[in-house]
Amino acid sequence: MSATRTGNASVLSHALKDALIAAIVAFGLFMLLLGFLTDDSRGPLRLLSRPVLLATTVGIVFVGRFLISLLYYNAAALRYYLGELWTAICNFAREFKIALLVVLLLIGGGWIFFSPKDWPLILITVATILIGVRFGFSAALLVFAALFPVAFYNNPYFLGIAIIILTYVMLGWGLNIVVGLAGLLDLGYVAFYAVGAYSYAIIAQAYGWSFWVCLPLAGLFAAFFGILLGFPVLRLRGDYLAIVTLAFGEIVRIVLLNWVSFTNGPNGIGSIPRASFFGIPFNATDEGFAAKFGLEFDPTHRTVFLFYVILALALITNWVTIRLRKLPVGRAWEALREDEIAVRSLGINPTNTKLTAFAIGAMFGGFAGAFFATRQGFISPDSFTFPESALILAIVVLGGMGSQIGVAIAATVMTASFELFREFEQFRLVIFGFAMVGIMVWRPRGLVSTREPTAYLKERKTISVEHVAEGRG
Amino acid sequence: MTNAPILSLQNLTMRFGGLLAVDDLSFDAKRGDITALIGPNGAGKTTVFNCITGFYEPTSGGIHVTHDDGKKFSLEKLPDFKIAQRVHVARTFQNIRLFAGMTALENLLVAQHNTLMQASGYTLFGLFGLPGYRKAEREAIELARDWLERTQLTDRADDPAGSLPYGAQRRLEIARAMCTRPVLLCLDEPAAGLNPRESDELNVLLRSIKNETRTSILLIEHDMNVVMEISDHVVVLDHGKKISEGTPDFIRNDQKVIAAYLGVEEDAVEEIEAEVGL
Repeated sequence: MSATRTGNASVLSHALKDALIAAIVAFGLFMLLLGFLTDDSRGPLRLLSRPVLLATTVGIVFVGRFLISLLYYNAAALRYYLGELWTAICNFAREFKIALLVVLLLIGGGWIFFSPKDWPLILITVATILIGVRFGFSAALLVFAALFPVAFYNNPYFLGIAIIILTYVMLGWGLNIVVGLAGLLDLGYVAFYAVGAYSYAIIAQAYGWSFWVCLPLAGLFAAFFGILLGFPVLRLRGDYLAIVTLAFGEIVRIVLLNWVSFTNGPNGIGSIPRASFFGIPFNATDEGFAAKFGLEFDPTHRTVFLFYVILALALITNWVTIRLRKLPVGRAWEALREDEIAVRSLGINPTNTKLTAFAIGAMFGGFAGAFFATRQGFISPDSFTFPESALILAIVVLGGMGSQIGVAIAATVMTASFELFREFEQFRLVIFGFAMVGIMVWRPRGLVSTREPTAYLKERKTISVEHVAEGRG
Repeated sequence: MTNAPILSLQNLTMRFGGLLAVDDLSFDAKRGDITALIGPNGAGKTTVFNCITGFYEPTSGGIHVTHDDGKKFSLEKLPDFKIAQRVHVARTFQNIRLFAGMTALENLLVAQHNTLMQASGYTLFGLFGLPGYRKAEREAIELARDWLERTQLTDRADDPAGSLPYGAQRRLEIARAMCTRPVLLCLDEPAAGLNPRESDELNVLLRSIKNETRTSILLIEHDMNVVMEISDHVVVLDHGKKISEGTPDFIRNDQKVIAAYLGVEEDAVEEIEAEVGL
C-alpha cells in the first residue's frame, strides 16, 4: 500500500516536472511569436508587448501538459488519487451521518435566515442530498426532478430548460432501446420524433381530439413508421444500416417539406391545440384551470403542468425499458447485439426481434414528438434535421450504450451546456466537439460503461465493459 | 415411439459456385444414438452441419427429422431459426458463439426464449408482472440451474460468459443448446482446444445427455479419443463424399479411412504402415 503511495507521489512530481519543462519550451517558442507585436496602425512602427497573452498561453501549455501526463500516461495514478478522495468522502459520510445531517440543517437554516425567499430551493437541496445518501443516486435524481418546479416556480426560464432536458432524456431512452440494447445503429431517429409531432398536430387540428387521445395515436403512427423502416434494413448491418437509417430520416424531412397540401411545407403547422388538464384549458377565462381551482391566473401553471407531463412520459419510457430488459424480448435484443448467428441457432426469430426494437424505440420518439408539438404550438421541418438525430445519438453513446442513468446524465449535461454556452454562440459547437472527443478518449464506451445482468442465481454482479459487444447492426 | 431414424439425409448436395462441398451424401442417425461425423480437414463436415441446422440451403437432396411421436419434418427449406424453434434441433459452433456480455445464467435464459415468450403473453403479461409469467421464469431459472450443475458451472453462473475459461465456455455452449430442449443436438467439434482431462469430462457429459435426457447427438470431432470412446456410429467424409460408415471398431480398421487421413491411395496404406512399424 505504502509502496503504491510513494509510487503515485513520484508520478505526481514527475508530471509536474514534465509540465514545467513543457512550459519553459513554450515560453521560449512563444516569447517572440506572441509576446511582442509590431504595430504601424497609428503613426510610426511600434513594438508592443503582450505579457498577458504570453502568460495565458504558457499557462495553458503547463496545465495541459500536466493533465496529459497525468491522465494519459498515468491514468492509474490519477484514478488512485480520485479513488482515495472519493473513499474519504464516503467514509466521512458513513461515519458522521448525524454530523452531516446537522451541518446540512445548519447550512440550510442559515441560508433561509439570510434569504427567506429561497426556502423551496433549500428544501429540495436538503431533501435530495438526504435521499441520495440513504437511497442512492438515482433516487436523489428522481426526487430532485419531482421537486424541481417547486423550487424554480418563479423562474420560467429554468423550467423551460428543464422541459427541454427531459424531452431529450426521453428521446435518449427511446433510442437507447434500438442502439444500446438491440445494437442497431440508427442515425435517423429524429424521423420518428417528426412523425409523432406531425401526427399530433394534424390529428388534433383536423378532429379536435384532446392531447390524451392524440398522444397514443402519435405513438402508434411512429411505431408503424419504425416497422416501415425496419423491414428494408433487416438484412443490413453496421455502417450500411447507419447509412440507410440516415437516408430514412432525410426522406421523412423532405416529404414533410414538400407535401405542402398536407403538412403546409416549410411554413410549418401553427396554432396546434395546447394540452389541457384533463379537459380544463390553461387560460384566463372562467373555464380555465386557474379559475376552476380558485387560483390567480398565472402562465406558469401551464409550464409546470407540461413539466410533469414530460417527466411522467420519460419515467414511463424508463420503466418500460427496465421491464422489457428482464423479459424474453429484451434479453433477445441484447443477445442480438452480442451475436446474431447464435440467436438464430436458438430458435429466436431475428426479424421479429429487430422489428419490435425499432417499433418500440420509435413509439417513444413519437410520444416525445407529440409532446414537443403541444408545447411549442408550432412545428416545421426545421426542427427535425439531421443534427437533431446526431445529438440524440451522441447522448446515447456518451451516456454509455444500454445504461439508463448514463443516458439521463448525458442528456442533462449536453442540453444544459447548450444553454450555458449560449453567449458563445459561434463556439458552441466547437466546445461540444471537444467535449465529445474528450469523453471518447477518457471513456470510450460512455459514462456508465457497465452492464447490469437481468437475472441472477446467487449474487448480482456488474458486468465490466470489455465483455459486452457494441453491436454491429 | 417410432423406429424411424431421428435424422435422415438423402442425396444431400451442396455446391458453392464451382466448389462441390457435399456430394450426394446419404446417411441416417439412429434415435438415441451418438453419431459421429469425421473426416480430414475440408471434407465438408461443417457444411453438412450448416445444411442440417438451416444456415445453408442445400443445392439438392432431403433432410428429415422424425420426432418420437412419429411427426416428420423436412428441413431443407426451413430457415435456421424455425429449425431450432419447431423441429427442436440445437447446435453449437466450432468457434464458440456465446453472448459474451451476458452472464452464464442469462445465456441459458435466452435459450428458453420461445417458452418464456409464450408465458409472457408475447411481452404483454410479462410487462405487468402477471403471476403466470413469474412462475414460468422461475421454472426457466430452475432448468438453467440444472444444466449449470450438470456442466459444473454453478459457481460461475453470475459471471459474464466472455470471462469464463475456454473449457467452461465449451460446456456452457452445450448447456445453452440443451436448454432449448432439443431432440437432436449437433455439436461442432466440442473437444477442440480441450486438454485430455477436460475431454474426458466431456465424454462423461455427452454420455449423460444421451442416457438421461434421451437426446440424440450428432457430432463432428477430430479428437479420436472422444469419437472412439462415445460414439455408437461413425460416418466418414472425404471431399464431400461418404467413404465409410459403421461402428467405431470397424472404422478404426477400415483401409479407406486410414488412406483418406494419410492422404494417400488405398493400396499405399499397408506400405506406410509397414514403414512406421504398425
